[in-house]
Amino acid sequence: MASANGELTSAGYIQHHLKNLTVCQTEQGWQWSGAENNYVCDGNFMAIHVDSVGWALFLGIFFLWLFRSVAKKATVGKPGKLQAFVEMIVEFVDKSVKETFHGRNPVIAPLSLTVFVWIFLMNFMDLIPVDLLPMLFQAGGVGYMKVVPSTDPNITFGLSLSVFLLIIYYSIKVKGPVGFFKELAFHPFGPWMMPFNLLLEGIGLLAKPVSLALRLFGNLYAGELIFMLIALLMTAGIGGFIGGTLAHVLWAVFHILVIVLQAFIFMMLTIVYLSMAHEDH
Amino acid sequence: MNINLTLIFEMVAFAIFVGFCMKFVWPPLIGAIEERQKKISEGLSAAEKASHDLELAKQQAASTMKEAKQEAATLIDQAKKRHSEIVESAKEDARNEADKILNGARAEIEQEVNRAREHLRGQLATLAVAGAEKILERNIDASAQNDIVEKLVAEL
Repeated sequence: MASANGELTSAGYIQHHLKNLTVCQTEQGWQWSGAENNYVCDGNFMAIHVDSVGWALFLGIFFLWLFRSVAKKATVGKPGKLQAFVEMIVEFVDKSVKETFHGRNPVIAPLSLTVFVWIFLMNFMDLIPVDLLPMLFQAGGVGYMKVVPSTDPNITFGLSLSVFLLIIYYSIKVKGPVGFFKELAFHPFGPWMMPFNLLLEGIGLLAKPVSLALRLFGNLYAGELIFMLIALLMTAGIGGFIGGTLAHVLWAVFHILVIVLQAFIFMMLTIVYLSMAHEDH
Repeated sequence: MNINLTLIFEMVAFAIFVGFCMKFVWPPLIGAIEERQKKISEGLSAAEKASHDLELAKQQAASTMKEAKQEAATLIDQAKKRHSEIVESAKEDARNEADKILNGARAEIEQEVNRAREHLRGQLATLAVAGAEKILERNIDASAQNDIVEKLVAEL
């Protein structure tokens, strides 16, 4: 929370909150990034956001552990409360997949489930009071902590690029390399407009992962930022505190919708894109 | 926006998670759900069939009941008929028996009357003889008529 010189300013507070706990490979070996070394890792590709990766892994493993423990004990008879809850999600995802994706592919449904629940959990971290976990970690000597992995473009692009690779893979697998090329080259105009078609379809194709990643990142990053601004507002006198508290409640309630919606949109678009990759014109 | 190794980590983690989910999480859950859906639909159709069967059984029971009632009614009719027949024949028998007894009694009475008449007639004869003897006392030899006297004594 404190800036490098120990003085708390609004800009410092926000800047500090937007820094990941980063470790990177430099000429002096692996180093932690921080104000003291002028954020040495910025712009370095050989860097890891330990907080993003850590929380993402933690939440992903939590999801798999929870669902696996239910799956192991899953009974056909009367389900318990946890099983009913998990089955509700599974059925919801299954329904969404069946409505959109008409081919036969055993990967799509588990992929969608993973996308939906994992992104939801990552987004859910946004509802934890914005300073709670960073302060706890600060007390433990960790200076930087961004707890919402989906506010890290690395995470959202990691997901969307994986989906993009699957789109390419299934397009080539289903249509063949030639078929895939034809789809890119001969639409929407005839073969005589091939360069233009390629440009158009290529942008369309590339826009998929970029829009997927940026939509999720943008929504969550903005949401997180507004929580921070509200937190700042709450320090501005008694009026600010009351107004901030009110705004915080309202924004948190609204955010419940946003985090579910964003997870759902990411999942639905993943299904739609993969469904399009399976369609042979 | 620093794009760095985190992206690669995320992609690898995503691939592993999806693989795990595909292998260990999705199949048992969706299997259980689909199995239950099948069971429920089977149960529903079984329930429908059962209610249909119940309806049939009710109809059958009603018709059986009706038959039984009819049978019972005819049985009761027959029994009443038989009852009156038996009563009639019993009455007939009783009447016949009574007639027989009456006739027997009458015959016996007649016999008794006849016998009494005979008896009286005999006694009358004796009295007549005794009277006659009294009248004829002198003429009768006691010894010679002893058998008649003895007869009289025995008769008294």
